[in-house]
Amino acid sequence: MSVYKDDQTSDASNREHSSLDRSHLDLDTPDKTYLDSNELIINMGPQHPATHGVLRVILKLDGEKVLGTECVIGYLHRGVEKIAENRTYTMFAPYVDRMDYVAAVSNGLGYCEAVEKLMNVEAPPRAKYIRVILTELQRIASHQIWLGTHALDIGAMTPLFYTFRDREEILKIFEKYCGARLTTHAFRIGGCQYETYAGFEKDVKNFLAFFAPKIDEYEALLTTNRIWVERTRNVGVISAADCVALGVTGPVLRASGVKWDLRKAQPYAAYAEFDFEIPTGTNGDTYDRYLVRMEEMRQSMRIIEQAVNGIPEGPIMGKVPKVIKPPVGEIYHSIEAPKGELGYFIVSDGSTQPYRLRVRPPSFVNLQALDIMVRGLLVADVVAVIGTIDIVLGEVDR
Amino acid sequence: MAEEVKSPAPPPPPEGEKMPTAEKPAAAAPAKAAAPAKPAAPAKAAGPVPLPWTSPLVEKYRSQYGSGLDALTYLGQNYLSVDRSLIPDILRLLRDEERFDYCVDITAVHYPKREKQFDVVWILYSFARNERMRVKTQIADGASIPSSVAIWPTTNWLEREVYDMFGIQFDGHPDLKRILLPDGWKGYPLRKDYDILQQDKEWVQINLGIESGQ
Repeated sequence: MSVYKDDQTSDASNREHSSLDRSHLDLDTPDKTYLDSNELIINMGPQHPATHGVLRVILKLDGEKVLGTECVIGYLHRGVEKIAENRTYTMFAPYVDRMDYVAAVSNGLGYCEAVEKLMNVEAPPRAKYIRVILTELQRIASHQIWLGTHALDIGAMTPLFYTFRDREEILKIFEKYCGARLTTHAFRIGGCQYETYAGFEKDVKNFLAFFAPKIDEYEALLTTNRIWVERTRNVGVISAADCVALGVTGPVLRASGVKWDLRKAQPYAAYAEFDFEIPTGTNGDTYDRYLVRMEEMRQSMRIIEQAVNGIPEGPIMGKVPKVIKPPVGEIYHSIEAPKGELGYFIVSDGSTQPYRLRVRPPSFVNLQALDIMVRGLLVADVVAVIGTIDIVLGEVDR
Repeated sequence: MAEEVKSPAPPPPPEGEKMPTAEKPAAAAPAKAAAPAKPAAPAKAAGPVPLPWTSPLVEKYRSQYGSGLDALTYLGQNYLSVDRSLIPDILRLLRDEERFDYCVDITAVHYPKREKQFDVVWILYSFARNERMRVKTQIADGASIPSSVAIWPTTNWLEREVYDMFGIQFDGHPDLKRILLPDGWKGYPLRKDYDILQQDKEWVQINLGIESGQ
């Protein structure tokens, strides 16, 4: 700097036009562009590994800066709601597993509880406990997929192997319980189809003991990792007010500082009986969402531990007629799925098939926030933000 | 496939319409035969009925809007059936005055035999009150309804989906176009007269180069 100072003192007029003076470029303000380039519109996806499925994002770019986005969805649309109208309540239950296919158990819980509510029956306590244990295991598994793929998108490859290695233990429990690993169809309307297998409780406890240090292992890789922090902190910031206006729920809402979780706000299954915290963030950025989900995995373990230690004896199936025929009426029931509020709105005309079944998908609604989260950021950050919203295209498109 | 296609039946009765008992193919009937301890379900086949919903909120809007508004509760869930003409106003009031600041979902239900064929349903939630409610209105086929994007931005995609699936127009929506189905698709799949195997064959043949998507 001293060199320039000498110049300034010797020749003030020369300094004003010096090519070394870069103050007019204002490199720190992200809103102004410093690249002399034309606006560019490009496609990201639908065949792109970082879009987590078949999501197509049309990006409007200025150089590498994102000016706006538009999501094109529907590539995986299978007409789940139409199928529901043409199947009986019982026949439709396996279809819900195919929406959020990395959290099939949660989908099933929401559906079964909605139909039970419509029929005004309740699952017995033992069934509720089994449901809570499996659903919370599923939440951990879903968050593991999120963490592995999200970190991979950002460039950290190791967590993917760790999370998939550990998720295997959860899938083994599912497999031993109901025979399926991914699309489990674990629950039935009125309770559970299967009694727990011999050694179920021991397996779950073993998993808890096995998994507790693994979360620390994930955190050791990322939480203070400088590259990770630089890539996630202040990236994809969304305020609490924007979250509410955009209907965003789940960890994204909580990371923006709203302490709201349906398991606490409107408890379902047996959640009212358990002691757990709702982790929240403050900045609403990608890093906070990461911390919130990590803590949620720990809280899920707390719930599972309480549930498996207090699992009551008794029947696992409520008094449900063989032919499910809810009375004429309608119901909305929602649960806290790993991605946010998953709701079912069912209209019954008194027959064995739903007259109308609407799924309120958390991924679909949350994805709408992508646009305001990525404006002004770089293309590489779009990848980070898609990962942090944690979408599953099977649920977005249904 | 034909026996699976359900014949559309009229709506559950807040309006007190006549309900023809839905006649089902006899497939499931024999299952009943050997059930010794008969569960209570067949006895209460009529089911619970929606009861009037009374609350300060309802009183307030009833005095304001009078007959255009019907408040009911069913299985502990409250809903307002309102006249279509009240629609943007009452939604805005519910957000501003009653703090229903989170629009959970918008959807529609098709009743082809009714004069006003569609129920449009808003599912609302208030963080401050920890309370849910629904708002319902009926509109005829081809009629439009004011958009609520200005009230809750989240309804942008939700309204697009209702338009995509039912063909209901939302006036004032910033970008009302199909969202899940491709642009240029003909027909609205969640209408009752749209068969489950139906598709826009022309679109499929032109755009995918195959005879049928089935």
